[in-house]
Formats: sequence, structure tokens, C-alpha cells
Amino acid sequence: MTGRGAVIVCDRVEFSYAPHRDGAPPVLRGISLSIRPGEHVAIIGPNGSGKSTLARHLNALLQPTSGTVRVGGMDTRDPTHTRAIRQTVGMVFQHPESQMVATIVEEDVAFGPENLGVPHAELRRRVRDALEVVGMWDARERPPHLLSAGERQRVAIAGVLAMEPACVILDEATSMLDPRGRNEVMRIVAELRRRGTAVVSITHLMSEAAAAARVVVLSDGAVLMDGAPGAVFARADALREIGLDLPPVTELARRLGRAVGGIPTDILTVDGLVAALAARVAASR
Amino acid sequence: MSSLETRPAPDRPLIQIEDLWHTYMVGTPFERVALRGLSLEVRSGEVVGIIGQTGSGKSTVLQYLNGLLRPTRGRVRVGEHDLGRRGADVQAVRQMVGVVFQDPEDQVFEPLVGDDVAYGPRQLGLPFEEIRARVRWAMDAVGLPFEEFKDRYTFTLSGGELRKAALAGVLALRPRVLVLDEPTSGLDPRSRAELWERIRDLRTRDGLTLVLVSHDMDEVARQSDRIYVLHDGAVVAEGTPREVFRESARLEALGLALPEVTRVCQGLRALGLPVPAGVLTVEEAGDILAALLEARP
Repeated sequence: MTGRGAVIVCDRVEFSYAPHRDGAPPVLRGISLSIRPGEHVAIIGPNGSGKSTLARHLNALLQPTSGTVRVGGMDTRDPTHTRAIRQTVGMVFQHPESQMVATIVEEDVAFGPENLGVPHAELRRRVRDALEVVGMWDARERPPHLLSAGERQRVAIAGVLAMEPACVILDEATSMLDPRGRNEVMRIVAELRRRGTAVVSITHLMSEAAAAARVVVLSDGAVLMDGAPGAVFARADALREIGLDLPPVTELARRLGRAVGGIPTDILTVDGLVAALAARVAASR
Repeated sequence: MSSLETRPAPDRPLIQIEDLWHTYMVGTPFERVALRGLSLEVRSGEVVGIIGQTGSGKSTVLQYLNGLLRPTRGRVRVGEHDLGRRGADVQAVRQMVGVVFQDPEDQVFEPLVGDDVAYGPRQLGLPFEEIRARVRWAMDAVGLPFEEFKDRYTFTLSGGELRKAALAGVLALRPRVLVLDEPTSGLDPRSRAELWERIRDLRTRDGLTLVLVSHDMDEVARQSDRIYVLHDGAVVAEGTPREVFRESARLEALGLALPEVTRVCQGLRALGLPVPAGVLTVEEAGDILAALLEARP
């Protein structure tokens, strides 16, 4: 695997929580993949497939038992790089409360860059910029604990953005959000891609993965598939075998394709299926 | 507490909430009205879905259902127990209504699975044999066979197994109503399907009544007999899933997404094609749309 120009390069990463104990099964078994600048990659896989463990390798929260993870060329096993690596790759978890440190939103977002010693004027610019991207600038003086779950998650994302990372990892960051909160995070992801920030989202929602540019499927600690969502979700049987499923709209398209023919099988969105069905009806008139 | 005493007359709903109001942090600058005259009822044996945006009042209602909150304005009756009355038997209500909160596995704290499931019944002071029988029943019911799982360490369980263990812990209290708050979030599709199969079994075999709160509209549409839509602390719509999801424009205005296949049918209707409103499942949409496509010359 070449890592030229990549933000993150994983090379044959193996990991075990207890490497010296016999019978402790490895959680990651030789994972190689790279994340390029501005890319949106979804990582899916059944419970226990190693998704969150892999995510924790991408910003040096965990180090591989063997193999290497390089972030901007820096080896995550070298502790002198840890600080720079965490600035390059920011992580947002399922429960934003665990990341909240301050009593008002603005201070919470400023916490990371302030600790880096970012000068005051620059700090103010970053905090404002980050809160504007997530649409929370107007709430800057509110206490985080009085925000809704969706708003808190947006503040947590702003806290990561204020570090101006090259890559943001969303580890099931939308799983506790309502549909509107989820859409809001999807909008933020699109904005980050426009700005050239890479996004890696770990998700159990097949529809959310379908919206990424690339989908990596993990199974039992190894990469089972890595490709465009259309290509990945075309392999329905292989996905079902490991306990995953298709987005409902893709499943419906396949059913209709089998029943009446003439429906593309790589449909991933509601609009895409409506257009395909409308075209099919028009053609048969 | 005998269950005969708590069994309501057959024509009365099992749970009845009338004109319930709730305000958080009264008298502070952060005062917020969470419930504004909310009314809903749950009948014995049905599956009631509750949907609404974050902040619509769902979590507050759940806390009233098993007596964690007591009404100060409005009425909450569970079985024969009027929770607004001083001296109401809150213990009996908590035994009758089991709530599985979000991420229940965070509350799994005993090292062994069997001990964790037994925690609740032990607190009730039940005799040993009774506790054992209940734990066995609850673990078997959720699909963690008692003999195989009772001596396993909780930290070795997968995400799906942990969720089942947490559910078993609530079931071991033998509630008549099971309240599930986001029961399958964080689970992969197979674990989700398995968990629902177990829950449906409990309903048909043991006559369990279910209240389901979820952001997953596909799940709510598929599992509920009846749905309440909450907005800003009040009920703004109620009906069967088909009735509720037929009002697509209204739901979207409330910030709620429709199930994906419902949106596909909606899009085709907008193009003037003869597709019914309120189609909810992939199976149903597949049949309807295949017929539509084949009917064309």
C-alpha cells in the first residue's frame, strides 16, 4: 500500500488487548488502508469486528501490536509524536458529554487550542470559525449541559475542528441523535469535505454509510471490502453473511429488479430510486 | 404484591396519562417547560411507539411511566396506582413497569452475567429458588441460555450480548410493561433483528405490553401497533403507523424523517404515479411497486 499524500496510512496493523497471553484473540488482523486528504470514508462492520479499536489507532489512543500506523508520516508508536498526531486527527465519540470540559460552550471549544498555546486573536478566530461550521455560534454563551444531545454533539465536533485537524473521526457520533440532529451532522461532514478535511465515520447505519464516497467493511478484524458504496452494497449476500444489511432503499431496488427487471442494482438514495422507477415507467409507456 | 390487585378492569387502559405538565429547573434562568398538557394511554398487550425530536418530551414521559417522577400537575395512573396521590405504591409501579434506558450495558456492573441479571430480584428480597427461576427464565427469553452464560464474565460479552443481559436484568423483575428507550442503537443489523425476534416472542408468549421510544423510524413503523408523535411537550398526532406516516409533510415539518421506503413512495406520488400513501416496509413497497411496473403495457 502506498501512502503518498495520504493523511493516515495503516500498514498490516495487528492488535491484541493482551498480546502476551495465550488464547487472547487478536482484535485487528493485518489491516492495511490509507485515508487521503478530504476523503469521506465510512467504516462498517458487525459488533465486535474491530471498528472502534481501529478508530482508536488512527489518533494514537492505541498502538498496533505489530504493523504501523502513520499520521502525516509520523509513527503512532513514537510518544514524542502523540501531541502532533492528535492535532492532525480529531476524534468525536458517541457520548459528547465525555468530551465536555468547560461550563460554557465557547470555553469548551477553546480548550484544545488554548492548551496548544494558540495566540489569543488566532484562538478567537478558530473558536468562531468552528462554532459557525457546526451552526452553534449563537449558543456560544450557553452551558453545554443544557443543550440537546444533537447540540452537544455539534459542540464536541466544534471542539475538534478548533484544533484544525486534517482528519476528523466520528465514532458512532450520530447513533444517539434524532433524524434532524443526524442530518445536521451530515451537513457538517459535507462542509468539512468542501474545506478539504478528511472524515472517517464509523456507523451501524447502512444508509449513512451509503452517503460516504468510500465504504470499508470490517469483519473479524480484517478488511473484507473497500470500495465505492455502490460496489460494496451490490454484494448483499456477503454483507448478510457477516450480519450486515443493505440500506432499505437499495434492498427495495434489488427486489424490484428481480421482480420486473430494468432497475439498476447500485441505487443508494431515495431520489435515485424514484428517478430510476420514473424512468422505467416512462420507458414502458 | 399480588398481580391481581394491580390488574385493571379490561376496558381501562393499563397506563393513562392526562394533561400532564412538567417544568425543569423551576425558578431559575434555565427554567424549561418539558411537558405541556400531554395525554396518552397504553392498553394491555399493545406495542406503543413514541417518536419526536430530541427535546420533545419523550425522556420526561418515560420517567413518569415508572414513577421516577411524580405528577404535580396532571394525572398519571399505572394499573390501579394513581401516582399523583400521596402514599401511592411507587414500588409496585416500578415492579409493574420495567424501563430499559438508553445504553443499558453501561449499568452492567457485576463480574458474572448471572449475578448481574439477578441483581434486581435480589433487591426485591425474593427467596433464592425464586431468584434463580426468574434469572433462568429471563436469560433464556433474551437468548442468552442460562447454563451457557450464567458464569461468563460480563466483560467478555459482545455489544449485542451485553444489551441482551441488560434487558434480562429488567425482565427478571417480571414487569407487565416493558419500556424500551432506543433499544437497538449501536447494534449491528443482525443483532438488531435477533433482539426484536426475542422481544416479539415475549409479547406473544407472555402477553408483555411494550412502549418503544426510538429515532429509527423504520423500527418504529415496523414494530408498533400505535404511535404517538410528540412535539414541544404535547401529543401532536396519534394513530397506527400507516395513519401517522401518511402525514409525511407534517412529520417532516416536525423534524422527523419518514422511513426510506415511505419516502420513495411519496416521491412517486409527487410525480403523479398511483402509489398509496403510508407504505412502510420494503416487502410491502416491493409488492406494490412491482405491480405498478408490471401493469404498464
